[in-house]
Parts: sequence; C-alpha cells; structure tokens
Amino acid sequence: MGRSVQARRDAPERSVGLQVTQATPNAGVPLNLEWVDEVRVNTSAVERRAATLVTRRTVKKDWQIAWLLKAITCMDLTTLSGDDTHERVRRLCAKARSPLTEEVKAHLKIGELPVQVAAVCVYHLFVATARRALEGTDIKVAAVSTGFPAGLNAFEERLAEVRSSVAAGAQEIDVVVTRAHVFGAEWQRLYEEVRAFKAACAGAHCKVILGTGDLATLRNVGRASLVAMMAGADFIKTSTGKESVNATLPVGLTMTRAIREYAERTGTTVGFKPAGGIRTAKQSLDWLTLMKEELGPVWLTPHLFRLGASSMLSDIERQLSFHGSGRYAAAYRQPLV
Amino acid sequence: MPNTTLAEKFHALDYGPAPEDPAATLTWLDEHKRRFRHFIGGRWHAPADGKYFESRDPATGEKIADVAQGGLKDVDAAVKAARAALRPWQALSPHLRARFLYALARQVQKHSRRLAVLETLDNGKPIRESRDIDIPLVARHFYYHAGWAQLVAQEFPGYQACGVVGQIIPWNFPLLMLAWKIAPALAAGNTVVLKPAEFTPLTALAFAELCNEVGLPPGVVNIVTGDGTTGDALVVHPGVNKIAFTGSTEVGRAIRRATADSHKKLSLELGGKSPFVVFEDADLDSAVEGLVDGIWLNQGQVCCAGSRLLMQESIAERLTHKLKARMAKLRVGAPLDKATDIGAIVAPVQLQRIQSLVAQGVAEGAACWQPQLPMPAQGLYYPPTLFTHVHPTSVLAQQEIFGPVLAAMTFRTPGEAVELANNTVYGLAASVWSESINLALQVAAGIKAGVVWVNSTNLFDAACGFGGYRESGFGREGGGEGMREYLEPVWFRKAPSLRASAMKRRGRAEGKDATPTPSAGIDRTVKQYIGGKQVRPDSGYSFECRSLKGVLLGEAPLGNRKDIRNAVEAARRAEKWATTSTHNRAQILYYAAENLSHKAKDIAARLALAVGAKQAAAEVKLGIERLFTYAAWADKFEGVVHSPPGRHIAMAMNEALGTVGVICPEHAPLLGFLSLVAPLVAAGNTVVAVPSEAYPLIAGDLYQVFDTSDVPAGVINMVSGRPADLAKVLAEHDDVDALWCHGSHELCAMTKRLSVGNLKQTWTNEGREIDFFSGPGAAGRWYLEHAYQVKNIWVPYGE
Repeated sequence: MGRSVQARRDAPERSVGLQVTQATPNAGVPLNLEWVDEVRVNTSAVERRAATLVTRRTVKKDWQIAWLLKAITCMDLTTLSGDDTHERVRRLCAKARSPLTEEVKAHLKIGELPVQVAAVCVYHLFVATARRALEGTDIKVAAVSTGFPAGLNAFEERLAEVRSSVAAGAQEIDVVVTRAHVFGAEWQRLYEEVRAFKAACAGAHCKVILGTGDLATLRNVGRASLVAMMAGADFIKTSTGKESVNATLPVGLTMTRAIREYAERTGTTVGFKPAGGIRTAKQSLDWLTLMKEELGPVWLTPHLFRLGASSMLSDIERQLSFHGSGRYAAAYRQPLV
Repeated sequence: MPNTTLAEKFHALDYGPAPEDPAATLTWLDEHKRRFRHFIGGRWHAPADGKYFESRDPATGEKIADVAQGGLKDVDAAVKAARAALRPWQALSPHLRARFLYALARQVQKHSRRLAVLETLDNGKPIRESRDIDIPLVARHFYYHAGWAQLVAQEFPGYQACGVVGQIIPWNFPLLMLAWKIAPALAAGNTVVLKPAEFTPLTALAFAELCNEVGLPPGVVNIVTGDGTTGDALVVHPGVNKIAFTGSTEVGRAIRRATADSHKKLSLELGGKSPFVVFEDADLDSAVEGLVDGIWLNQGQVCCAGSRLLMQESIAERLTHKLKARMAKLRVGAPLDKATDIGAIVAPVQLQRIQSLVAQGVAEGAACWQPQLPMPAQGLYYPPTLFTHVHPTSVLAQQEIFGPVLAAMTFRTPGEAVELANNTVYGLAASVWSESINLALQVAAGIKAGVVWVNSTNLFDAACGFGGYRESGFGREGGGEGMREYLEPVWFRKAPSLRASAMKRRGRAEGKDATPTPSAGIDRTVKQYIGGKQVRPDSGYSFECRSLKGVLLGEAPLGNRKDIRNAVEAARRAEKWATTSTHNRAQILYYAAENLSHKAKDIAARLALAVGAKQAAAEVKLGIERLFTYAAWADKFEGVVHSPPGRHIAMAMNEALGTVGVICPEHAPLLGFLSLVAPLVAAGNTVVAVPSEAYPLIAGDLYQVFDTSDVPAGVINMVSGRPADLAKVLAEHDDVDALWCHGSHELCAMTKRLSVGNLKQTWTNEGREIDFFSGPGAAGRWYLEHAYQVKNIWVPYGE
C-alpha cells in the first residue's frame, strides 16, 4: 500500500544513479583542474557514513557464504616482505589456486563455482616465478613497481621498473605516486607521473597506489583519486600496506565516491583496491557492502574490485568452514597462506 | 529470493534476509500473558473500568498485547501514588537518588536487546535504529542524569523540585522520550506519572518492570496507559505540579489552554518543519547521507526531521541527481530485518495522513518522485518520497508530514536561505551544509531553531538541550537547561498571593501618602512611547491616575490594540538589538542608570505621590542598582560549549527570545518595570511594556531617561492602558515571541490561555507577590534564564 496514490509528475524520469552497466576501460581524459577544485570531503560526515554503512547492512547464512566466496575471487593475494623468497611465492600461488579445501567445498556444495583468487601480488623479482606457478589458471600476476613502497626512486628508474615487470610477465602493475605532488597541489605533475606509468604499463593493468595513509586528509585522497583517474588509472588503490594507517572505510568511501563522480562525468569505470590492514572475513563483507552501496553491481567483480590482503583468506576460510560444518574452525587445520 | 542457488547468490550478491530473532521478547510478552495493566505505586493495577486496548505490530498488523485503558480513576490513583512517594523520595540524599538513576541506566543496558526488539515490534522502526540509536541514548540519558541527581543541590542552590510531574510522550521514540522525561524529573527530585502513546505503550511498561528490578521506591514512577482522554485527565488533574509534553502542536495548544488557569509549570516539545540547507560549497555526497539520516530516519516520523531541503540553485540539479540515486538504494521492509532502512509507519491513521498530504502536494503541482523499490506486500509501508519544485505556498513546505517525504526548493543567496529557513511557524531544528565555517555559523546563527546541526543531522546527547522556538514549543530537554524545567526557586513557591499582600500594602501606604504640590508649571502630558517617539494614543482617550488617597496625579494615555500593534512593529524593526554587542548593550544600560540617577530626585518626588516617599526613594535607588545589575550581566550570562560523545562541539548559545511583551506589576511602578525590562533588554530582546496600571505616569519619566541614554528606537516601547485589554492583544499577537505578565491570577491565566495562537512563551508571577525590593526574587539568573532561549549549534570537527 502507499504508492498507489502516487502520480509521477515528472515521468518519464531520467533514470537515476550510475548508468554504468558494464566495465568500460579508462583511457584517461585531459587534466581538468576544476574537477579537482570542486572536491569537497567533510571528514566527520564521511566517518559517520562509513560507521553506519556497515551497521545498516548485513548478510547472513547462504548469502554470507556467497559474499565470502565473492571476496575470495576479488582478492589480490599478496606477499610484500623483505624476507620473501621464490619458495614463499610458490606457496602463495598454490594457495591462490585452491583457496579452499575440498572438504569445505564439498560441505558448502560450491559445485562448479570458479573460486580462486583474482591475482597474486608480488615484488618484481618474483613475477616470473609467480607466472610459472600459476600457469594454466587465469589468476593474474601483479607486481608492485616504481620504487614501492616509497616511490621516491629516480623517475626513469621507476618507469624502467614498470617496463621490466611487464616484460617479465606481470599483467598488472601496482604503481605508487609521489605523495609530495599531492601535498604541493602539483596536480599537473601528478597527472603526468601517472600518465607516464600508464604508458609504461603498455596494456598491463595500471593500479595506482595513492598512499592514503601518507596523504593524511580525505580531501587530499579525493583530489589525488580524481587526478589519477584523469591520468588513466585502471584502478585506484588505497595504500602500500606499509603506511601507519592503511585502508580505512572513510578512505574507501572517499575513493569510491570519486570513482562514481568520474564515471558519471566520463562514462568510464575505474576499479578500486583497498589494501593494508584487511585481515578478517567481516572486513571483506564491509568492503563489498561499500562497493555495492556506493558504486553498484558492475563493481562487484574482480574486474573492478580487489582486496589486497593475505591473512584475510585464512579468516574467510575459517568462516566458510564453520558454515559448512557448523563447527568453529582452527587455523592449524587449514593450509597456510 | 531464498530459493536461489548458491551460484545465483554468488552472482547477484543480494543481501538476503537478516532477521533479528524476536523469540526472547515474545517469551517476555507471553510471560505477561500479553496483557498489561497500569503501573501504579510499584504494582500492576487493572484499569478501574476494566477496559483494555490493543497494541499492534504495524509491520504485520498483528496484535501484540492488550493494554489497560486509563480513566480518571486510574490517573487519580497514579497521581496519589506519586504524591505519596514525593516526600520520601525527596528525603533521600542526592547521592541515593543518583544511585537509582545509575541503576536504571545499567538495567537498560542489561536488557538492551529485549527493549530494542520490543520497540521495533511496537513502533515499526528498523531494529538497527532501536538497537544503535534509541536504546543507547536511553542509557546515556539515565547516566547523565544520575550525575545531575548527585549534583543538583550544589548546582541549583535555592531551587526545589516541582513536585508531581505529569508526562505525556509520543510514539515515534517511545522509550527514548520516556528517558528524556523521567530521567531529569527524578534527578531533580520529582515523582512522575507518565502516559506513553497509545500506539506504543510497551517499552514504557517494560521500563516499569526495570524500576522494580532496581528497587526504585514505589510511586516514584507510575505509568498509566491509554489514549488522548487519559492524557487529558492527567493534564487537568489538580494534584499535578508540572506537565511535560512531547507531541503534536495541536495537542500542545490544547494542553496550554487546559493548564492556563493553574500554576502548573509547562514544557512543550512539539512539531517541526526543519530546514536542511545545502550550500554550493558543501560535500554533496555527505549532504545526501545527511538527508538519509534526516528525513528517512524512523520513516520520517521525527519531529526534527530535515523535511525541507533548501538547495543553492547552482548545485540543485547535481544534488537532486545524487539524492535520487541514493534513494534508489534504500531498503523498505521488515523492521526486524537488520538491513532495513525504512520500516513500517506506526499506524493506519498516520499512513493515511502521509498519503493525503502527498496527494495534496501533487495536486498543488509539485513534482513527486519515488524510486522503484521492492515494497512489502502487506503492512504499513510508505516509500521514500522526494518533491521538487516545491514553493513556500505549498502544503508540503508548511505542514509537518511526519513521514518519509522530503520537500525540496532552491535559494540564491545565504540571506535568502535564512529567510526561507525561517519561513515557517516552527523552529525546532535545522541542518546547514557548507565547507565554509564562516558561512555555516552565520547561517546557523540566523536560523530560528533550538538545534542547528552543521554538516550533520539528528545528533542527540543528554548533555545538549533539545527543544524549539516558536510553535515547536518551549522548554528544553537535556543539559542544565533541561534540569531547570523540573525545578523552581524555593522563594517563588513561597511567595504569597498578590491579592492578600496588595490589601496589606494598600493599608500601609494609605497613611503616608504625600500631597501633590499644586501645579503652577506647564502642563505635563505623558504619551505612549513607540519606536523611540512620544506619540499620542490612537484612541484619543486618557485615563486618570490617582493617588491612593484619590488625589488626581495626572492623566495617562489609554492604549488600545492599535498602539500595541504599532509598538510591536517598532519592536520588531529594532530586532538588530539582538546582534548588538553585549558590551554595547551593557553600556547603554549603565548609561540609563546614570541618567536615572541625574533625575532621581524629581522622579522620586513624583513617584512618592503614588507609592509614598519611602517606597519611591527605594524604587529609584534600587532601580539604578537594577540597571547596573543587568548591565553587568549583559556580557556575562553566556552560553556553554558542550563536548558530546564523538568529535563535536555543541555550542549552547543564549539567544534573545525576540519581541517580548511585558505587563508590569502594579505595586512597584518603577522598580517592577526595570526589574523585568532590564534583563530582557540586556539579553537582546526588544520590549513592549505596559507600565503599572496604578501609576502609568512613570512612563513619562522613563522615556526621558531612555531618550538620553542612546537606547535605540524601538528597543523599549511603552503603551499605557488597562493591562487586561492590552495583555489580551499582546497574548494574541502572532508576532510577539514571549509575554511576561505580572498581575492577578486571572490576568496571568488569560495571557496563558490566549497565548496559544503562536504558542508564545508566557512567564508570569502566577498571581503571586514578587518582592523586587529585597530577597532572592528581586533580581538574578531566574530572570535571565527566562529572557533567553538556548540554541545548540552542533559543529563537528576534524580533517
């Protein structure tokens, strides 16, 4: 009841929201400083929205299983440590191929669902190793590049690093921007930097890390997001995982709103990757909720959404194991990530 | 949807059902056999006439329980129980009362989920809201007031509790409104009879049980359930000392009328049509979320809902676009589902009201838009609704809809935004969105509302007063100002009735009456004083002013309704006085004291003919002092800055009421006038005063003082005449914001009764004799507190 009395006075109404029904690659647009100037981010209000976003929505039972499986498929399973070795990377790749045990899969009746992570994210040195380890799958290999994590190496060296990673077989490159350009509001420089990275990627997916923990303010995050997208970023990514604060929901909200703004203005879709500090299954649901609420269904696939994480997979596995067996799981009974 | 396969769920990524399990609450209801009696004197009492009514779940239409219908006898029993409990309750130490309030807060927390589920079942609001907003705020309110119970004696010296308090609360936040009522009442040392709303009585009854669980003495809290007639019985019950009401403006009016002839203290928290102002430099995405929290909280059934969206023209289209996109993502459905945004409308009658107002808006030509949302097949649901191209003339812009319906219009400049925001009979709340702090605070200051949220909306905290301007009511809930609503000065309660003391005084003065010197000088004509000018009365009549011995002292202008009209217009034109610096206001009052002192001898001599030489001398001396007192206060009676939970400050600003009528007391023509007008003027109000009927000629002396003291034209206006006639005009005048009346009980009752047109605040001597010459009632905070109203401006911070 209720709506029967309504006459839609202004029908036919231009339909609302994002008119994006499929992913459209971002070639970038000329730098438009007006867009940057127009960025307004009210930190307190964004924090309030972020806080209630995850209390307004929840998924239970079979839906939660479906969402957690989705989270796995959107995962960039990552190892980025000084003590990484080829063998460590191979172990990660093995987990990427079969993130769930056969027992769990059977319990959950996953059937033919293609549950594997989206990509493995490693340092340049391990790109070839990862490619070999993932042969026969469509799991992508992503390399962090451009002097990760600080991104302060000589510009030519950073470009060269991108090119070598692509040459070594990386299908995706996570590049870091020079945060100083943001602090100095040198948008032209930031734009040119990202454009150069994108060109160096030569067709590989260019995921631009903004270093949001370093950028400190959401206003900076909003502006940097827009500039990176105008410069042609395929993805914008929160952080390196090495900052003191990494992916937070307010930062994610600011970035997804920027993505929406960009999509409305250009008709192209840019992906989003939160990374760093994402460890629990619950967090993966929160991030999926954010994508669904702020951006919509097109962004709920690995084409446009990635979760940069490693230990989160174990927690998701534990939750799924519980869903399957009804018993709470123990970490040691699951294959290590 | 539940029958889809895992693969389908994986691809669709829908939310799926997420119901809160109501089993424990249903068991609780069953344990009570789904039948609830009145809670009186700590025990359950069947209604005297045996009648019950049904409380239904608006989401399903199913009956939840039978609830007692309170009649006269039940209300009487409850008031008697409260009266019996009053003295023992007040005999407890503040600390012991604090312990009870603390225990109630704890008890609410211990049973938080049961209370939340019960609230959602009874009211239809989403469980997220009752769980995350209502119940935590309830607990917070009791904690906060446990603190006041502890501190009340130190912090409110010279005050005492009103006594037995009758409280009537609405159905939109049933338990929260109960907390807002009961916590301060108990903290101040009152006992309570509370009537919950007919649609939503259940959480109040659950609360009654908590009272017993914490061992609250019987009779301190009594709950009588029922419909409007039960409320009526409570309002008119002679054993009640104060009425606190939250609900519709219409009922508020009726209560004002019904209590006019009594000395019941009254606070009203009524309707609203609150503006939500978005400037072009706002964070628009956040403003959209603000609207979700503003108009789609609790199905829009919120008195302070941001129901009028005012958008700067330059961003109107973008904002509307974003808003529609957001609306399309709202979820309307089962209130117990944890992922529901908009639950059920409380009752069929409310749904019909929404439907009919929306239909009216459509008929008037506003553009109605609703997203295509899946709606539940049955139950009382209404989709989120946006009207654009709404004009101030539209019913949608004027009337409180109390539903999920937003009316949008545009403005061009900050000035126009304020003008549109204030173009309403209400003044409860406002929300202002801008990234410029200068702009936001300027507009916040300009909007007539008790609460203004900058870049936020619907934030509440027990420490921050809440309440309205204009027809949104008077009195505040929360904060120190909320406590004052439940306290009265001891001296005031002890003040003798005017009639008795006037007789005594008359007898005393009679013997000492001075003799007027035969006038050999030039005739002295006292006129009305309007807009800084001495003007002849519109009526063309004068009335005689005689000494107590009957000697003619002179003639005063006989004011009529047109003089009042003119004076109110002049006062309104002078409202810039409110923004004159407090330093400046103080200076002018000091200057008036200085000039009064220059003329002291002459004024005293003339006044002596009316009140005797001794009193005249005292009036002049103390009058000068009184001006000094309020000049001193002018720049010191300042607001406070609250630190509510979260990263906010809430600035509680003391704002002038506006244009205030003053019926001056008869017995102290000069001192009485100054004792009332000076605090009002110090606070930034403009005044239309009716001088003492016994000696209105004092106006002639006063305007000479004001004229020479730089008092801006229109700040103080004086209309002499018959108080009974002029008070009526002032009380009925819609552009008068408040009326202070000192006179007989009948005169006070009349001003209260006639104030309902615009629900102006009235403040009277309750027919009592006020001693302006000495004692605690002569001057002080008590006056200033009535000369201001508190506006809380919430400002979040953080980058």
